[in-house]
Amino acid sequence: MMPTSIPLDYYLILSAVLFVIGVVGVVTRRNAIIIFMSIELMLNAVNLSMVAFSSFLGDVAGQMFVFFIMAVAAAEAAIGLAIVLALFRNKQTVYVDEINLMKW
Amino acid sequence: MSLQSLLFTIFAIGAVASAVFTITRKNPVASAMSLVAHFFMLTGLYLTLQAQFVAAVQVVVYAGAIMVLVVFVIMLLNVGREANAEGPKSIRPTLAMLFAGILVVMVSSVIASHPTGRNQLHEKATEIGQTASIGKALFTQYLFPFEAVSLLLLAALIGAVILAKRHVSETQP
Repeated sequence: MMPTSIPLDYYLILSAVLFVIGVVGVVTRRNAIIIFMSIELMLNAVNLSMVAFSSFLGDVAGQMFVFFIMAVAAAEAAIGLAIVLALFRNKQTVYVDEINLMKW
Repeated sequence: MSLQSLLFTIFAIGAVASAVFTITRKNPVASAMSLVAHFFMLTGLYLTLQAQFVAAVQVVVYAGAIMVLVVFVIMLLNVGREANAEGPKSIRPTLAMLFAGILVVMVSSVIASHPTGRNQLHEKATEIGQTASIGKALFTQYLFPFEAVSLLLLAALIGAVILAKRHVSETQP
């Protein structure tokens, strides 16, 4: 098995770029479902850097963390989408700027 | 250019492009499909890192389970294309993108100076990425977090059912 010749830093830069794309999605979009997908983008960016560290340092801990992050993301998907459903049932909208009951 | 560099370039460009597509499409279904493509690109990146188990779980859990949930909710709510917000257009999204761009340039310039100095995968990388070593660590060193996560999933299951359940009194006319 030939080891890869790509430096660890490239993976970290890619991870940073993907994370920032996720942050921009959360800040700029109004649709709650797309905000939810942007959060998934951020989780995956972190997963990528964890796996990169794990493979480059030869430590299994990084991939264990990725496993647990995936489990938490699955739980978050179930709860988050149930909240979106409950919100839509009460307010007839999924646009977060129209849900301003607690806005001062 | 070696095969590894070629694969990394393809998957990295694909991942960034599909992520940008995800947050820019007006149609939620198009966003969801771009996100599926993004997950597959990440799977390829995990394989370049010799993490076979994580790559398989990525496809099964993210591209499979989570995206089915998302697409199902989009279908259930019947949300169409996103309408533009009424009222004066806020300057905040533009500012957010500006600062995000500055942040990514700063982080990249710091990392591009090779602070880690690591250019080769660890010699044990292939062995670590396999299911055997993951499973061994999961049921010995990480047994308690594993059990805690199973409890978390159970709580999420019950919580989702309660949140999404239509109350009996609401259905009465």
